[in-house]
Amino acid sequence: MIEIINVSKTFDGHKVLDNLNLNIKTGESTVIIGRSGCGKSVLLKHIIGLLQPDSGHVLIDGKDITRMDEKELSAVRLRFGMLFQGAALFDSLNILENVGFALIEHTDTPRAEIVKRVKESLTLVGLKDIEYKKPAELSGGMRKRVGLARAIIVRPEIMLYDEPTTGIDPIMGDSINDLIIKLHTKLNVTSIAVTHDMTSAYKIADRVAMLYNGKIVADGTPDEIKSAKDPIVKQFITGAGTGPITEGIDFEHLV
Amino acid sequence: MLKNLAELIGRRFIEFVRYAGGASILLGETLFWIPMPPMRRKQIIEQMSRIGVDSLPIVSLMSLFTGMVLALQSAYQMQKLSAEIYIASLVALSMVRELGPVLTALIVAGRIGASITAEIGTMKVTEQIDALETLATNPIKYLVVPRFLALVLMIPLLTLYADAIGMLGGYLIGVHKLDISHSMYMKMTWKALRYKDLYTGLIKSIFFAVIICVVACYEGMRAEGGAEGVGRATTSSVVTSFILVIASDCFFTALFYFLT
Repeated sequence: MIEIINVSKTFDGHKVLDNLNLNIKTGESTVIIGRSGCGKSVLLKHIIGLLQPDSGHVLIDGKDITRMDEKELSAVRLRFGMLFQGAALFDSLNILENVGFALIEHTDTPRAEIVKRVKESLTLVGLKDIEYKKPAELSGGMRKRVGLARAIIVRPEIMLYDEPTTGIDPIMGDSINDLIIKLHTKLNVTSIAVTHDMTSAYKIADRVAMLYNGKIVADGTPDEIKSAKDPIVKQFITGAGTGPITEGIDFEHLV
Repeated sequence: MLKNLAELIGRRFIEFVRYAGGASILLGETLFWIPMPPMRRKQIIEQMSRIGVDSLPIVSLMSLFTGMVLALQSAYQMQKLSAEIYIASLVALSMVRELGPVLTALIVAGRIGASITAEIGTMKVTEQIDALETLATNPIKYLVVPRFLALVLMIPLLTLYADAIGMLGGYLIGVHKLDISHSMYMKMTWKALRYKDLYTGLIKSIFFAVIICVVACYEGMRAEGGAEGVGRATTSSVVTSFILVIASDCFFTALFYFLT
């Protein structure tokens, strides 16, 4: 169970998260939707302790990660896997070293076993025979898959996805969605994804929460969100240019 | 007008304090992580090779020419006093006490400091530093400590090398151009040098290494705003390192002068 309690975060005087509350049940697949720059990634980074809130708490199975020291936080982080927007593969390492990073760093696993586990992880995301390539030699979609393989090699209990389908073509995006569903069911992980891609959100979510002005303004199943009456949610999910979200913003000059 | 000026000075002062504070915290954390296992021998050796071995050609060129120029320039004055033999002492002392440590530090700041900032800065803006943390790996232990140890070990060694090559430059001019005999040049070189000259130069070079590493890594770690931000951080890293190396050189020279 992940509990986000009254979390606030301000950057340069701009309040990105404003007394935000959200609970995520174990085993659930939650998608947080919202406009670009609304603080979705910031929220995700609070869940794994990459950012500290100005006020509020983030509890993972009842333990407050905002109060943990480096050692405790490291132990908690090994229960997580995170897929970054741009995959964030380490440029200086090859794919084998990237995917096997956590095993190399934190365990005494023999090299042969690491190679085997890396191959297994890569197979799970539909890749093979790229172990000795560098990240720069791969396409965007392949990099995301490698990022996923790196995240799942430690058998995480919680997977975080930051814009999993952004920056790749729709077909590759859909295959990433399928992978997320496959990992969710096969590895039985709690999944939290942030995205503004509604096709992806409907496909992978058990539950959808919408972030707007630093707060969760809607929370429900994909069907409930689709039939929401709230004009803010309605405008976002339909992608309408006019409505309460864009009130006072003039797009004329863009035309 | 006066208010604006006061605001500007205030803002700059706050920026300075914030920078000094951030860099000091980074240095403190680096020192904290050095003794913590694992000892990343492979990475340290890679960095030592990059910092030390790969810098040899440029350090050789710079020191050789500096030694030669020093000998030629001093010959102007010394010849008037018929004191050419002191050129050997002058070159040796100038290289060992001052030019060896400072010029080596400036070369490393430009060559290695810039690349460290660009590398760490790129990792920062592409979320690789965040990825390290999510994989339960401390970025300071993983990225800064190997570079810190490599710099602190290699800059003094490069400095010693620069001292020797600088003296060789002076020797070439002194013996082959100014007709000082080989034995006299060697004698005047050794006679002038004291252990103190050597170790004060080396102490300075260790501090320069710390400055270069902390500035380069700190600038990289706080880079933001994509490629442009990394570019800005790299420029700032080199400029700040240069200023701090020169300023601290002045400070240490004064300190050693008054202390010993």
